[in-house]
Amino acid sequence: MTIAPVCPSPILQHETVQMAHGAGGRLSQTLMQRVFMPHLHNTFLDLLDDQAKLDMPAGRTAFTTDTYVVSPVFFPGGNIGELAVNGTVNDLAVGGAKPMYLSAGFVLEEGFSLVELETIVKSMAEAARHAGVMIVTGDTKVVGKGQCDKIFINTSGVGTVREGTTLSCRNLKPGDSIILSGTVGDHGMAIMTSREGLSFQSTIASDCAALNSMIAAVLDVVPAVHAMRDPTRGGVAATLNELAGSSSVGIEIDETAIPVKPDVRGACELLGIDPLNVANEGKLVLAVASDDAGKVVEVLRSFEPGRDAIIIGSVVDDHPGMVVMRTAFGSRRIIDLPLGEQLPRIC
Amino acid sequence: MKYIDEYRNPQLARNLLDKIRQTTTRHWTIMEICGGQTHSILRNGIDQLLPDTIELVHGPGCPVCVTPLESIERALIIASRKDVIFTSFGDMLRVPGSSKDLFMIRSEGGDVRIVFSPLDALQIARDNPLKEVVFFAVGFETTAPANAMAVYQAAREGIRNFSVIVSQVMVPPAMRAILSSPDNLVQGFLAAGHVCAIMGYAEYEPVALDFHVPIVPTGFEPVDLLAGILKTVELLEEGRAEVVNRYGRVVSREGNLVAQETISKVFEVTDRQWRGIGLIPGSGLGLRDEFSQYDAEKKFNVTHICTAESPLCMSGSVLQGMLKPDGCPAFARECTPEHPLGATMVSSEGACAAYYNYHRNVYPL
Repeated sequence: MTIAPVCPSPILQHETVQMAHGAGGRLSQTLMQRVFMPHLHNTFLDLLDDQAKLDMPAGRTAFTTDTYVVSPVFFPGGNIGELAVNGTVNDLAVGGAKPMYLSAGFVLEEGFSLVELETIVKSMAEAARHAGVMIVTGDTKVVGKGQCDKIFINTSGVGTVREGTTLSCRNLKPGDSIILSGTVGDHGMAIMTSREGLSFQSTIASDCAALNSMIAAVLDVVPAVHAMRDPTRGGVAATLNELAGSSSVGIEIDETAIPVKPDVRGACELLGIDPLNVANEGKLVLAVASDDAGKVVEVLRSFEPGRDAIIIGSVVDDHPGMVVMRTAFGSRRIIDLPLGEQLPRIC
Repeated sequence: MKYIDEYRNPQLARNLLDKIRQTTTRHWTIMEICGGQTHSILRNGIDQLLPDTIELVHGPGCPVCVTPLESIERALIIASRKDVIFTSFGDMLRVPGSSKDLFMIRSEGGDVRIVFSPLDALQIARDNPLKEVVFFAVGFETTAPANAMAVYQAAREGIRNFSVIVSQVMVPPAMRAILSSPDNLVQGFLAAGHVCAIMGYAEYEPVALDFHVPIVPTGFEPVDLLAGILKTVELLEEGRAEVVNRYGRVVSREGNLVAQETISKVFEVTDRQWRGIGLIPGSGLGLRDEFSQYDAEKKFNVTHICTAESPLCMSGSVLQGMLKPDGCPAFARECTPEHPLGATMVSSEGACAAYYNYHRNVYPL
């Protein structure tokens, strides 16, 4: 048997992420030019500098950061890329800021599909365009197989704070109405039902969406919204508890008012999980003076992510720091902060 | 949602509450057996809606709560082994052993996985032939058929890298133990609907006769629970110690015969320790000799297990209906879901967890 000599020429066309893609050499450049730049390019990124130099308008600047490690990275209704853009856009917007510029840092696992990476980058670009923000600086690192789960993304963002905004979680006042912008638990249950090991079919899709234009419209009509939060991890229950705790007021909500999609409710029933504890990625909880509540609901309903907006309760003097639900039967119970991981029950 | 909304109908609930008020002439103490019922009662505030004369006390029907500390310690030791994939119902992961729980073992590098069915654990064993896959087979009669089926299938397929830690318990012997106690307060029972779905309710008839108590198999939704309470009160008021089924859409007198057959193929009746309560004769199920190679206790031969319960924890009294969770001096003080002293504070079927989650810091409701 003879072995033909093979010239070990460098392979630049890979189907998966290699360690060298993060090493700053030729493969790093290939990754930039073939995967990232075609979708993300803009006047800032095209300069290929180590930093973006931004002209910020006068006034206060809001700055936030968040890291996305969702598994699976593709889920019904979205993927980790658009989640990373929309999440940071929303974190700026709920503070009354107009989101403007984002950074994106990627940690890629060796062996991750380049086709999937490109799909993620492409949807980040689309999400950024849709939200009216620019991704102006970025970074990519590659770690060995098994050292991260496919892809982790960090996004940071800056935006300018609207003048006259007094949004704060310490601003709730007895008598305020509590408004929820739509159905609860969609994102968390979309993730949970698409995970391995949970083999039931469902059509639950994540509510992942940028909310900045809806929020701006609300603040145009009612600048004096007292507080606004996006109820992500921990769900509406965690958000309401944070608001009640920060403002040292009680919150009462009405069980029958909480909108839950039937398939989300079904999955929650099956797993023994309270939809109020399940994450959302395209919803808002607002506290507004009761006189303004009708107007706010009307504005929210004119946007797709807010079409099911509804008043779910009010702020009260009693039981400061505590959230209480009036049940459909007229009894009352505490809505507590979820402890941690949601654990399915035994039977 | 079909089969749920009609059992959460506020008008039906109000009608049943009215009937309970009209029927009750004196104080009655009723125990709901199952922790799932306890949570539904507290979650829906049914205890707040009942007349003061009807007192609900909470029973031992929380599988992870009664799993003996020694079994948990054994699980923690086995789950730490490098050659083991440890599988469990999610509820078990937060249950405190003497110093750790399964979450801590996982954070230390143990391969601990949540499964929804023991058959999923068996699949993990098929997929990982070089690993030992261990399933924590806890539960009442409800989980017994699926747990038995996993062992039975493993034997049939000759899968050798699968084993189970068995802590399988049964309701009727526990009811007898509660009723035999000199401190017993319970006058009537809501039997656990899901247990009865498997076992039927004929086996409760001798208990009702021997101890002269009414027993009513009951479901878990508010309307189910109120219908069960109403029937129990009616039987108590009439002095009738009978078993009357109020979960007809799920429970029959003879139960699920196929499931019962599966249980008895694989398991046999044994004495069993109950955490916080002690040894109850004939109250457990253990693997039959022919399945002993699937017994993780034997396979891993873990010895020198040291157990230490918190001296403050009164979960034994809570599980027997002698103490309400908020009557325990450690409740919401030394003992919280973040720092539980006993399993009743962390299980989704534990009475202490239900009180903590829904009724803590009781103020005028």
